[in-house]
Amino acid sequence: MLLVTAAAAASQQGGGPNDAQIAHIAYTAGEIDVAAGRQALAKSHNRTVRAFAQEMVRDHAAVNEQALALVKRLGVTPEANPTSTALSAAAETKHAELSHLNGAAFDRAYVTNEVAYHRTVNGALRDTLIPSAQNGELKSLLQTGLTLFSEHQAHAEHLAMSLK
Amino acid sequence: MRLARASLPAVAALALLLPGNGPPPRTHIVMIEQMHFGTVPSDIKVGDVVRWENRDLFRHSATARDRSFDVDLPAGASRTMVLRKAGAFAFYCKFHPGMTGSVTVRQ
Ligand SMILES: [Cu+2]
Repeated sequence: MLLVTAAAAASQQGGGPNDAQIAHIAYTAGEIDVAAGRQALAKSHNRTVRAFAQEMVRDHAAVNEQALALVKRLGVTPEANPTSTALSAAAETKHAELSHLNGAAFDRAYVTNEVAYHRTVNGALRDTLIPSAQNGELKSLLQTGLTLFSEHQAHAEHLAMSLK
Repeated sequence: MRLARASLPAVAALALLLPGNGPPPRTHIVMIEQMHFGTVPSDIKVGDVVRWENRDLFRHSATARDRSFDVDLPAGASRTMVLRKAGAFAFYCKFHPGMTGSVTVRQ
């Protein structure tokens, strides 16, 4: 919700985030999920939760690698903005919160947050980032990201059900 | 074309194992790109080879619903498999189950 609000705020300032800001938002969103996955791999002993976390680390790192290569090729410097700053702040709070939990309580909280997080990021991609992107290659990478993260969302929802 | 040639020794070796003197087995390529399985050729016969080519930077799998095959496809990797049974086989990616496809193998 935070991301959507912040993205909406950014768009009020001048017709939607620009490509440099979009790249920064998308990259930050990926980094956050990689960090969350690493935290889960350090803490969780549940086999299915660990497999999910491994998938998140692997997929999000791969998308970000592609995103970095693309902005370099396009000569775009990702630009920090209120949306990416808000995302990072929220993630830090969540990371600290999860660090106090262990065992099944951690697993449930991690997976519940993954469901909410992917839902928020996917909403922002669909409603703000993809429509605002100007460069065709960036738009197409975000589109692939949305397909991938929708799969993650479905996986997380399925996992959340199984942990109940 | 480079890829088709690379798989010739495997195809040739396979031909020696097959009874009769029908046409030699062929290699069919299924591309995986941007989170989608590409078109699966419709003229696949028992004994033919399918070569899965993962053009994504994400790890995928080609897994039959009936578990008759389960091919792991690391980012950028290609893997081949031989189709030994006739029938229609629905498949999906274990990691991204929204990715689906189907292969029909004729006698
Ligand atoms: Cu996949």
